[in-house]
Amino acid sequence: MMIIFLLPIVQLLLFGKVINTDIQNSKIAILDLSHDNTTREITSKLVSSGYFVLGEELMPGDDVEDVFRKGKVKMVVTFGPEFEKSLERDGKAEVQLLADASDPNTARILTNYASGIINDYVKKEKLQNLQLPNQIYTEVRMLYNEGLKSVYMFIPGIMAMILMLISAMMTSISISKEKELGTMEVLLASPLKPIQIVLGKVTPYLLLSFINALTIILIGVFFFGVPIKGSFILLMAESFLFIMMALSLGILISTIAPNQMVAMFISVLALMLPTILLSGFMFPIENMPLPLRILSHAMPPRWFIVIIKNIMLKGTGILFVWKETLILMFMTFVFIALSIKNFKIRLE
Amino acid sequence: MKEKVIEVRNLVKKFGSFVANDHLNFDVYQGEIFGFLGANGAGKTTAMKILCGLSSPTSGEAKVAGFDIYKETEKVKRNIGYMSQKFSLYEDLTVAENIRFFSGVYGISPADRKEKQDKLLKDLGLESAKDSLIGSLPLGWKQKLAFSVAIFHDPKIVFLDEPTGGVDPITRRKFWDLIYEASDRGITVFVTTHYMDEAEYCNRVSIMNAGRIEALDTPENLKKQYSAKNMDEVFLKIAR
Repeated sequence: MMIIFLLPIVQLLLFGKVINTDIQNSKIAILDLSHDNTTREITSKLVSSGYFVLGEELMPGDDVEDVFRKGKVKMVVTFGPEFEKSLERDGKAEVQLLADASDPNTARILTNYASGIINDYVKKEKLQNLQLPNQIYTEVRMLYNEGLKSVYMFIPGIMAMILMLISAMMTSISISKEKELGTMEVLLASPLKPIQIVLGKVTPYLLLSFINALTIILIGVFFFGVPIKGSFILLMAESFLFIMMALSLGILISTIAPNQMVAMFISVLALMLPTILLSGFMFPIENMPLPLRILSHAMPPRWFIVIIKNIMLKGTGILFVWKETLILMFMTFVFIALSIKNFKIRLE
Repeated sequence: MKEKVIEVRNLVKKFGSFVANDHLNFDVYQGEIFGFLGANGAGKTTAMKILCGLSSPTSGEAKVAGFDIYKETEKVKRNIGYMSQKFSLYEDLTVAENIRFFSGVYGISPADRKEKQDKLLKDLGLESAKDSLIGSLPLGWKQKLAFSVAIFHDPKIVFLDEPTGGVDPITRRKFWDLIYEASDRGITVFVTTHYMDEAEYCNRVSIMNAGRIEALDTPENLKKQYSAKNMDEVFLKIAR
């Protein structure tokens, strides 16, 4: 029982902290062929940004590849000779960023950050002294997640995943366990009505899931600093709807699966993987090939994640998520209807 | 003549084109131990499930404990006990917890439960096992407990679906002592089995083959009729 409470916390910490796509304290090496004020200032800007730490100062003639091979340094920044002078004289100077692209994602992020910092510096500190004609500067602002924190992305995703796991998987397993052990027959032969049996099985998981949803939101808010800009009550109501959907899906699975093993299998293959892969939780849906994009519409977490993000990050109300809400309600309804149909067939 | 507690008339159950129960007709009387015999797949379990309200028949009529199985399923269920072939207590609950759970299901008050539970455990000699998990008990004990729990609410009829699978003849004999006790208390016992020694213990037996009841009488009469030494021979002659 404990594990069901601990699971979301562990998952959240894992995703939030370990699988962190943000860059922090990456080791870089500097090869400075100018050693003038500008290059020193840029270096200190890079290091003080929090993204980079200075791992090594290279000398001319050092083998750059050797530095990468040792594996600690992720990026080498090389300033060309006479950096400051050529910047002031010609309005341009050369800086080279060499990144270790054996990890392409990190390499891309590192070079983006570094170019950003360098451009920013040059623009703010130097350019007002230079008269350069007709330059266009792009002003970028990341709305709703200014710090580009990946945890903003993970909280809704993990919530969808955990609620799916607890509600759908646990429900389907616990009901099919009764079928497997023969206790279900005894219950069906008793004066209990089928609806009472199902409610009895489902209520504990409803409560558990609700507590879990609350835990995840609290950890998100107080530990990771994710805001709740919209209505907390709406957020909980939408979570409740999603839980109901997952529970009815769990019941549906249990009417199909003859035993616990199969229920487990269906839950993992049919629920967990699509939740992670097709819901837009980890990989953007827009980048998927068309068939997968169409398939992703059938994934309940996809809609839930949109709802949660809208409420938490953008602060929108029901007016902007009513479509997703209706879709979830419709899914719940379909799952319940199918379960009842399956259940009747089994009794005949 | 004793009161009829089960009446079955022209009961048919089809699964698609397969006829599992082909026009069954029989009566069971109050307090009787009624054996329901047949090879695997002969349709015993199907018929029993219909009588317990777990499944509905394709056509025909049946009354259980005086109630119609179509219209009064609720009342039927209130008056029967059921022990499934897959042995039917919760393995991860203790003996006392199982009793408490099923008492709740059948609406037995806590005071009654306490009294009956003490008596039950004393009769079975399981007082020390009261707080043991069902899963930790030997199969023979589990079966006895499952039976005692199935009749805990004093039903008119108890349905036992191959209750003694997988245990030795001595344990089986002891289980039958419990069945006799229940029968003495006036509970009708409807039992399916494929152990022929158990068939000898029944008051009357019916033998099913391919969905039809081929014979129905006391074990003695059946042996005479088929000039057989024991029920085994009777069964082989019919099933052939």
